[in-house]
Amino acid sequence: MTQLPEKQSSTREESRPQLVFGERWVYEPAPQSLADVPAREKYDLFINGKWAAPKGRKHFDSVNPATEQVIARVAQAGKADVDAAVKAARVAQTKVWGPMAPRDRARYVFRIARLIQERSRELACLESLDGGKPIRESRDVDVPLAAGHFFYHAGWADKLHLAFPGSKPSPVGVVGQIIPWNFPLLMAAWKLAPALACGNTVVLKPAETTSLTALHLAQILEQAELPPGVVNIVTGDGRTGGALVEHPDLDKLAFTGSTAVGQSIQRSLAGSGKDLTLELGGKAAHIVFDDAALDQAVEGIVKGIFFNQGHVCCAGSRLLVQESIHDALLDKLLARIERIRVGDPLDKNTDMGAINSSEQLQRIEALVEAGVAEGCTLHQSTCTLPNKGYWFRPSVFSGVSLSHRIAREEIFGPVLSVMTFRTPAEAVEKANNTAYGLSAGIWTDKGSRILWMAERMRAGVVWNNTFNQFDPASPFGGFKESGFGREGGRQGLEAYLRFHDDTLVQG
Amino acid sequence: MRVPVKKTYKLFVGGKFPRSESGRTFEPADAPGTNVARASRKDLRDAIVAARAAQSGWAGRTGYNRGQILYRLAEMIETHAASLVDEIRACSRKSQAAAEREVEASIDLVTWYAGLPDKLQQLLGAQNEVSGPFFNFSTVEPSGVLCAAAPDAPSLLGALAVSVPLIAGGNTVVLLVSEASPLVGLALGELLAVSDVPGGTLNLLAGQRDELLPEMAKHRDVNGLLFAGTPDPELGAASADSVKRVRWADLPERDWSKLDKLCTLHWARPFVEVKTLWHPKAP
Amino acid sequence: MTASSHLADDIAVAPVDAVALEARAAELSTRSIKKDAKRRGLELAISMTDLTTLEGMDSPGKVAALCGKAMRPAPGLPSVAAVCVYPDLVAQATKLLAGSSVAVASVATGFPSGRTDLALKLSETRRCVEDGADEIDMVIDRGAFLSGDFAKVFDEIAAVKEACDYAHLKVILETGELATYDNVRLASEIAMRAGGDFIKTSTGKVSPASTMPVVLLMLEAVRDFYFDTGKLIGVKAAGGIKNSKQALRYLAMVNETVGDHWLTPSRFRFGASSLLNDLLMQLARLDSGTYQRPDDFSKD
Repeated sequence: MTQLPEKQSSTREESRPQLVFGERWVYEPAPQSLADVPAREKYDLFINGKWAAPKGRKHFDSVNPATEQVIARVAQAGKADVDAAVKAARVAQTKVWGPMAPRDRARYVFRIARLIQERSRELACLESLDGGKPIRESRDVDVPLAAGHFFYHAGWADKLHLAFPGSKPSPVGVVGQIIPWNFPLLMAAWKLAPALACGNTVVLKPAETTSLTALHLAQILEQAELPPGVVNIVTGDGRTGGALVEHPDLDKLAFTGSTAVGQSIQRSLAGSGKDLTLELGGKAAHIVFDDAALDQAVEGIVKGIFFNQGHVCCAGSRLLVQESIHDALLDKLLARIERIRVGDPLDKNTDMGAINSSEQLQRIEALVEAGVAEGCTLHQSTCTLPNKGYWFRPSVFSGVSLSHRIAREEIFGPVLSVMTFRTPAEAVEKANNTAYGLSAGIWTDKGSRILWMAERMRAGVVWNNTFNQFDPASPFGGFKESGFGREGGRQGLEAYLRFHDDTLVQG
Repeated sequence: MRVPVKKTYKLFVGGKFPRSESGRTFEPADAPGTNVARASRKDLRDAIVAARAAQSGWAGRTGYNRGQILYRLAEMIETHAASLVDEIRACSRKSQAAAEREVEASIDLVTWYAGLPDKLQQLLGAQNEVSGPFFNFSTVEPSGVLCAAAPDAPSLLGALAVSVPLIAGGNTVVLLVSEASPLVGLALGELLAVSDVPGGTLNLLAGQRDELLPEMAKHRDVNGLLFAGTPDPELGAASADSVKRVRWADLPERDWSKLDKLCTLHWARPFVEVKTLWHPKAP
Repeated sequence: MTASSHLADDIAVAPVDAVALEARAAELSTRSIKKDAKRRGLELAISMTDLTTLEGMDSPGKVAALCGKAMRPAPGLPSVAAVCVYPDLVAQATKLLAGSSVAVASVATGFPSGRTDLALKLSETRRCVEDGADEIDMVIDRGAFLSGDFAKVFDEIAAVKEACDYAHLKVILETGELATYDNVRLASEIAMRAGGDFIKTSTGKVSPASTMPVVLLMLEAVRDFYFDTGKLIGVKAAGGIKNSKQALRYLAMVNETVGDHWLTPSRFRFGASSLLNDLLMQLARLDSGTYQRPDDFSKD
């Protein structure tokens, strides 16, 4: 009988076996071709179904964050432009979109879904070009999900009366929507699809650094023959957003972005009687118990914090590991982040792309410096970064405690903070010890513990033995300072409806 | 003639009946000659601490149990209906019949909400069909600690309308009773104390809206507000610092007695949070 | 209870989450392999192929053709790793492949079901080795495994390993019959600890045969075993891998999961019959820039 090899001690030794990567087989660059992508050099505003130059005649540069090259000039909408957009939306709401038979509204929204699918290559390319996210994600996540949101909500348009028995639902009216730069097209879809299905008209403001896919979506709306004014798109910086927030003739504002901006919007809308939904920041706990499926947990952790360069409000940025498996898990995780392919967002084999802007890169660098200064141990991938553009290595901080800034503040980048716990109750306490409450993750093989833990997470989405999953049918949104209101699912419709028997006013 | 024993009107915080820590009292507009404890900012803080302490316990009870406790409250109101009618009449110009109608409506409202807690998941939650190998479902949970302010009138039914829907959803509440007619609202504390509602679940303060509402809006450990009245920009703005859920019940006085307006899911819905759980499905 | 049975009972493995495992395998399936990387990958795949024929109607003529092709798939290309045949054809294959780098592999132990007694399994193994087999592909006792008799599975592998003498032992788990990934992970661990030099997915006679998630899991198993023991165990993906695209996906998974130690014929194999022709066809297409037709490649 063969002798069993003696099991070596699992402590870290110099002589311990090492894996070697990348000497035998190296992939060639596999860039996504941009041929036939109908990008324009200059984009105007989309108001009342027409492309209009901004009244202030100003355009600003939109930069490819992977190369720092200007890819297009985008219109800076001023107060007058926003006003024109709201007026167009008001007319369209009262004259066309509101009175339209729900069945017909549904058909327009279905059309949009189909057109996104048909033009998915163009949208994916532009999303990666403009925002820096890997083409693999734009192609496999952002664009299909965007189409999915329109398709899902289209079907609700003529079934709203079934969704809220006893309450007669009606559109809120004219809605202002302000979306962030991390999922430009997908966030436009999350906002537009339910709003349109519920009979509202919209003035949408994309983020300044990532306007292109929203503007191509406007082309799709034209192609779908959506009546003029139903969706208006005004591009620009924070001033454009401010003008929209303060516009007196809006019935509702929906915002996704930072908690600080969300708070200022809530302040300025206070007492106005306008509806408001906020989807804000997060600092999600990602909890791994010692009985978890470790290799898959590592994948979940990677997906949780390095998906979209960590520019994800629900990112699993605080890893809470049961003490007994801390070393083993950290070993696996650090080995795994070496395998993350960082580089050209348009390369089909890239796993992590460019940081969205130089401002965001500076924010990430400042917080990482703070982490080092506070004595946490920084582990980074040794990957080679391109010379031009905004880049940050996949990074993991170990030895973090809850009082450290990197455990409290949203970094919104590829930076994970690792902490430990000993008991389920301690994991709950640490997970909830934050002002945020958007998401949480739990890995354990024990069913009863999953449910016990999930019940105690003060967070709007709890991923159990998985992370960063999204679906149009699945409500998404936060507890506490991560905002209020839901997007997706039946619950998400509430944000775009009023009810005949609802006497309360938001404020 | 017998000399009656007069009641001292005190606050109801954490299941106890304290005076204001400030020692202040006020004479309500509708009950001159009566000294009512006038809650200070510190009393409010204490009440919020009590509500926070009670929060996980109350939220952690089963819906069935919360329903039974609310039903017990309805029983207590029914038992004390006559004295409540007297209290309402003493501080309002309501006729005997009108006061009786208010008490009856109060009982009806509490009973309606007593039947709600164990149905909230089915009414507001869902199993969601996602396109992937996942079991996905949404549940509702209380927002947490809330502050509420009752309308001036009707003082009993109004106080219950702005608080019972919230505690039915599992929240714990600090309620400022009618400023003009606080006596009936405070009397509610005596019923809460004997109705199995755990201490700290519903705390009652009397005092001035102008003094206490801004503190309620500002306090960082308050998750939401439900105030009777017209939306106030300053209070709304103050509540933004901790991203509170804020609703105003801006009803004409006659609507405060219409149960079809008060007994709807819309009073509970803004103060529960939808939580969505994902779990993979595999052999 | 023997010492080894006791050890088998102590073998514990982490649970496997099926959905996340499959998601990672799917993610690695999207790698885009171009130009020189593609050529290198295709050549690697040829060198890792166990050119296999396991049919009742196998003939000396077929084995002869197979051996010829195994040694010289095409001018300028590496030979395959091994020729895999039934036991009665081992002697012939050994003669034909003598002096080449191509190994002779044989299935043994009552392939494919393994439903025979241990003495016969051992004698069949010894016979193959005596006839010149360099590698033995054994099947585990799935009946014993699924009934929870892990000690029996362990002991049988250990006994066959001993019977192999100098020959390498590949342990076929027949993952298509193991039903769950947790079972695959546990069976991998038992096979490694009992002395297998390779763990192999399938006989090719059961559907599903090799799948990306199963092989990913087995790669993770050999990696963890390497970290635990310093011992490098090979992985063989067998059955169902019919074209170059699939082979490159597997290679990308090897490349990014366990890396260079396994990116060699001595640690990773494809068990396949029709794959080789597609690899040759794709290489010809890379050389000529023209899409090829199957009939230009000999179907032996």
